[in-house]
Amino acid sequence: MELIDQHTKKIMEGCKDRARAAGLCFEDETLEYIVTNRDLLELTPKVMIPTLYDYWVHDVEVLKEKGRYELYPGNPYETVINTRPAISFYNDNNPDWLNVMIFYHVLAHIDFFQNNHFFRHTWDDDFAGQALSDKQLIAKLRSEKGRWVDYVIEFTRGIDNLVGYHGDLSRLNRPVQKDGSKRLDYYFDVFLQSVRNVKIHEYMKEIERFNKCIAIYGEFGEKMFFSDIVKKYPEFEAFFDRHLKENNNGNGDLIQFLIKNSDVLKKDGNRWMTSVMHVVRKTSLFFQPQIRTKIMNEGWASYWHETLFLKDDRINGHEVDFARVNAGVTALPRVGLNPYALGMRLFQYIEDMCNKGKYDWEFRKIEDADIRKKYDKNTGKGKDLIFKVRNDFSDFMFINTFVDQDFVSGNKLFVAGRRLNSAKMVWEYYVKSRKAKDYRQMLIDSLYHPPHIEVDEEKCTDHALYLVHHFEEKPLVKDFIANTMMGIEYLWGGPVHLETSEVVSVPEARNNGMTSAFSPPQHKEIKEQKLEWERVLYTMENRKISKKVL
Amino acid sequence: MNDNMPAEDRKLKRKGLTPEHEQKIRLELEGDCCHEIPSIQIDADHIAPDSLENIYASNDLCKLQKTSAPKGSYVNGLRSIDELLERDKQREKDGFPRKIRVGRLVKPRKGDKEKIIVVPTTVEEKFLHEKRLSPAADEPSGGSGQGEEGEVIHEQPLHDPETQGGAGSGQGDGGQHEMESNAYDLGKILTEHFELPNLKDKGKKRSLSRYTYDLTDKNRRFGQIIDKKATLRKILETNIILGTLRDMEHIDPTGFLISPSDRIYRILSREKDYDSQAVVFFLRDYSGSMLGKPTELIVSQHVLIYSWLLYQYAMQVESRFILHDTEAKEVDDFYTYYNSKVAGGTRVASAFRLVNDIVEKENLAADYNIYIFHGTDGDDWDREGQESIPELKKMLTYVNRIGISIAEHPGSAGNETEVEQYLKKSGLLNENPGLFRLDVMHQDADETRIIEGIKALIS
Repeated sequence: MELIDQHTKKIMEGCKDRARAAGLCFEDETLEYIVTNRDLLELTPKVMIPTLYDYWVHDVEVLKEKGRYELYPGNPYETVINTRPAISFYNDNNPDWLNVMIFYHVLAHIDFFQNNHFFRHTWDDDFAGQALSDKQLIAKLRSEKGRWVDYVIEFTRGIDNLVGYHGDLSRLNRPVQKDGSKRLDYYFDVFLQSVRNVKIHEYMKEIERFNKCIAIYGEFGEKMFFSDIVKKYPEFEAFFDRHLKENNNGNGDLIQFLIKNSDVLKKDGNRWMTSVMHVVRKTSLFFQPQIRTKIMNEGWASYWHETLFLKDDRINGHEVDFARVNAGVTALPRVGLNPYALGMRLFQYIEDMCNKGKYDWEFRKIEDADIRKKYDKNTGKGKDLIFKVRNDFSDFMFINTFVDQDFVSGNKLFVAGRRLNSAKMVWEYYVKSRKAKDYRQMLIDSLYHPPHIEVDEEKCTDHALYLVHHFEEKPLVKDFIANTMMGIEYLWGGPVHLETSEVVSVPEARNNGMTSAFSPPQHKEIKEQKLEWERVLYTMENRKISKKVL
Repeated sequence: MNDNMPAEDRKLKRKGLTPEHEQKIRLELEGDCCHEIPSIQIDADHIAPDSLENIYASNDLCKLQKTSAPKGSYVNGLRSIDELLERDKQREKDGFPRKIRVGRLVKPRKGDKEKIIVVPTTVEEKFLHEKRLSPAADEPSGGSGQGEEGEVIHEQPLHDPETQGGAGSGQGDGGQHEMESNAYDLGKILTEHFELPNLKDKGKKRSLSRYTYDLTDKNRRFGQIIDKKATLRKILETNIILGTLRDMEHIDPTGFLISPSDRIYRILSREKDYDSQAVVFFLRDYSGSMLGKPTELIVSQHVLIYSWLLYQYAMQVESRFILHDTEAKEVDDFYTYYNSKVAGGTRVASAFRLVNDIVEKENLAADYNIYIFHGTDGDDWDREGQESIPELKKMLTYVNRIGISIAEHPGSAGNETEVEQYLKKSGLLNENPGLFRLDVMHQDADETRIIEGIKALIS
């Protein structure tokens, strides 16, 4: 890989100045590389991180149709990666005007990486550097332990989509507590409300009493306050201790739980495995925010490359070229979803709505459709709002909050369905719904969402590991259960149970047997079809899987 | 193609049909399909279901910079496949299931009939949500533009070129890392990786298309080695004509004139070597009932068998491809065999008869090891096998192996298909275990099952 030449770098620096002037905020240093076909061959399996650890699966074409992006949160062809300095990749034959457009796009991505709070855990380190040391660690272990390193990587990767990303994130983003102790929080937030279930007036009385204590005793107020409580609720201290223990002793996600509690991994000869597991977990965590902000990130970058490119004085004469490329990127497809187009339009819509003051309470009170339509307070706050959205939102929040009927109607969006017309032997694509509610739901359903699986420590008896898959009306892919559990069993060193939900298989009513045999599946009204669910328990013991209905 | 159907129909009626059977035949007859080979052009506005834009599928490099997916070279790929297989074997020894799958097949191109694309693939298994709860439920997508609710905005033929015919589906966008290999390599991989049995040498090796190079041709004026005898003869001939040879009893070569064209040389030439081994007949039912999965399954299996035999016989295999509905026809190349669309009724016997005819006419039995592989979904209008069984018996007199694979429809699960029934009833399977094999698989069988099936058919 080669760095871009000085001429192109100068263009980049020019773009940085203009982007900063427009309000984007990113670190000074960036690295731009020219990539060739050969580089891409090596980079794409490693999600464009040049220093990612080696793993044999990277050399194989991976069957994607089954799990698709659900399995691979990182985008294999990302142009810019979230490292320090941020690294971006370019074709060597891009004309200058195109580079200007791409640079703006890249800078907006960098701005997003460095300001969106879902990336908080990536802010303090350079992932490329970390990955390099991890790569060396794994290479070293591989030279000692051979293929067993790959087994540990494989089995840990099998559960790396269950990482407790949000848990880690919430710890990082927690506001600094100036006053108020844990004991106090527990007393008011948990003990009184959940354990004692006190009435509101009693609760208010306690607050009053606390304020009084503080007023009288100053810094000893809290102590005095609690000395009375011990008399009133002698069990409080015991409860509080247990609460502390539970929370501090939180075993985190499955990988962390295994590292902490697995008998196999505790053996002296096996300690090295935990380092490998840490590496896999860390890598997975790094990519988590990326897939959860795809629409926003691409939308944000498209919004800015369009805005800034058109204002750039250096590209005179290339407006038509730009229009053509930009249309390819940001056109709404007739059928299908384009995160660039959708995100960009949503950002533009939010800015416009806010500029008109349509997110204000004043506006919401208006019922007259005509007045609503013409309402324009010219607040000039639109830019501020989209910057705030860029700071604090993820795809789910973005869509859930801002996709409304005006947006859907304004952009002529609809939910597209596909059905079989058996008379004509064609698949028909049709407009299924133009309601914002349906469109929003369709978007949300298509977002990345790994299953919610946790360790149930109370049921972990006799060296067995008990996993619970929380019911979300989605079953697990059955083909993958056995091997994934086998990997967990290897890391855990004892039997593994998995409690999950499955659809009760109802034998399909066949019309006199033969027609269904070789006529293609008829279109059925799915809405009427009610699914019945049952809880099942998979058990993996000695690499054999068994299943029973609970 | 259905012109003769009423007569056909009546004939069948006379034999007495159950309503159920009749309905089945009707279904096959009334479909207005024909056996065309799908054209490869795809129109620009074509919306293939797999290529629907998905939120996570698009990326900056492709979208903004029009970078195409990187392509690996064939040579690099083959080397790594050996390593991968080695690793996979080791996995088994370590007590973990194998992970590499070989043989994602992309349809062969016309005129290049031995080219098959081998893609070593694997899956990283994780706990994942199933996307579709029932097969009928289709994932809705987004869209934009005009159209009332409920309005149809686009129609796509059920079986477009991408999904029709062979097993080439599912490769829509995943083609970038594919590795090209010819059928021979695939056969090698199959043999080594899946431990398919090696064929026993039957002693009479015959092949059609082997060439040897030998100094057999003669050439004047130049060549590799001078042919002294022939040259002398020629010189003599010239000198007799010139009259320089006066006394036949006392030849005096010193007076001879030698023309340059008198020098006769031996020159290297390509000789066909009739030293053959095997001819394989691939029979495929392409009747209407084979629509979709069964065809895909049968064709993949046949590709694999074809490759395996090619390797086993070190390329010395002649293959013949026969398609049949109610009538059988031979097609020229694998491409046509692989890609022809399904339509029409089913008469298994027609294909068997054609094979017997070909073997008889070309006297193949004397010189070849003959393999016959037949793929069907198990439906046959000839329910009792009255026509098929005699043809089969005839075949058994000369073949090395008949392998019949049946891809069952989900509807027929539990009860045996017609072909299976009459084959079992005939007792041919038990009488000739070495010559005649049957493999019944469900139409949803995966690749491992297909390879298991091959083992059953050829071991």
